Amino acid sequence: MSLPLNLAGPGSGLVLGSLFGFILQRGGLGNGCKLTGQLRLEDWTVFNVMFTAIIVAASGLWILDATGYMPAAGTFVPAAYFRGALAGGGFVGLGMSIGGYCPGTSVVAAASGRIDGIFFFVGLVAGTLMFAGAYDRMSAWMQADTPLPASTLPELLRMPGWAIIAVLALIAASVHLWVTRGERRTNAAAMKEALR
Amino acid sequence: MPRGSYELQRLVPDVKRSSRSYWNAHLAGVALGLTLLSTFVLTGHGLGASGFPTALAARTADMVSPALAASNQYLGPMLEDGRNPLDAWITWQVLGVAIGGLAGALVSGAFRWHIDGPTHLRTLARLSMALVGGMLAGFGARVAAGCTSGLGLSGSATLAIAGFVFLMGFFAAGVAGGFAFRRLWR
Repeated sequence: MSLPLNLAGPGSGLVLGSLFGFILQRGGLGNGCKLTGQLRLEDWTVFNVMFTAIIVAASGLWILDATGYMPAAGTFVPAAYFRGALAGGGFVGLGMSIGGYCPGTSVVAAASGRIDGIFFFVGLVAGTLMFAGAYDRMSAWMQADTPLPASTLPELLRMPGWAIIAVLALIAASVHLWVTRGERRTNAAAMKEALR
Repeated sequence: MPRGSYELQRLVPDVKRSSRSYWNAHLAGVALGLTLLSTFVLTGHGLGASGFPTALAARTADMVSPALAASNQYLGPMLEDGRNPLDAWITWQVLGVAIGGLAGALVSGAFRWHIDGPTHLRTLARLSMALVGGMLAGFGARVAAGCTSGLGLSGSATLAIAGFVFLMGFFAAGVAGGFAFRRLWR
């Protein structure tokens, strides 16, 4: 049996998607107030969930590749369109700061009864149509954006994958410690205030 | 949870109350990471989201004006040979996200039809902000060829440069917007 299994049917989509949606909801990522709280640097849930998930999945992929069970060549890696990724990411971030969600989390929000999540999702479809309408005018800019020759950080930085993952884990842990120190101080101050 | 922190939550309700019913962020992250890893093992690619509204946009354009949709440089290729862009794995996966999200809301007793967002604003203002935010995000996801799930999460898990560059753009513009619109959102 060789991995990945390359399943492409409805079953794997429904099962994996359901797990994805359930975890996002239970993690609080279907809540627009929590998501925008991250953008005001008040609530670090999004950062903690995402970075932990990236580190866990990246470690698993690295182990599967290093042990030969699932060579990295068999998994999809997006091409490094630098400008597109940076500008597009910016639009998605700006959209979240106004509308409260990103594409996946708006589906979770809508499924938990948030009508603004439904509106956000309708906006996504409208935004895609606007992109398609402007595509002719933007195609020169898009085509000038040739992908970098390397598509992964280990290739670009000439570092082993495990070292990159270790650096990511170090960054995530440092941010978490720094934030919780700040939070403890705020909570202690609030406690003092409440007890007075 | 350290002792005393429950009392603190009672004394300072705004600080943590809203997050009490949610999973610990790191545990949720581990669960999400394992789900993402399973997705790679089973399908060869990661999890996504924006591919579904994109297919829906192509299908909608095709229903409204087939000629215009077919001649569009971006949507046309998705509709070639009478293909239905919704007939794709991502459609099932996003349907799954909705089912999972609903299940999560039901088991935690959080399901309730309501309008979330900045509570001091009127309904119309809140829904308009959601719509405009969605438009920007939908546009941006096409510029980046992926969204927070497909590029930010799944791309970064493969240590793809595009994933981390997306996240930098996402957090830079998002935090700038977060502070610019903080009065609206409080």
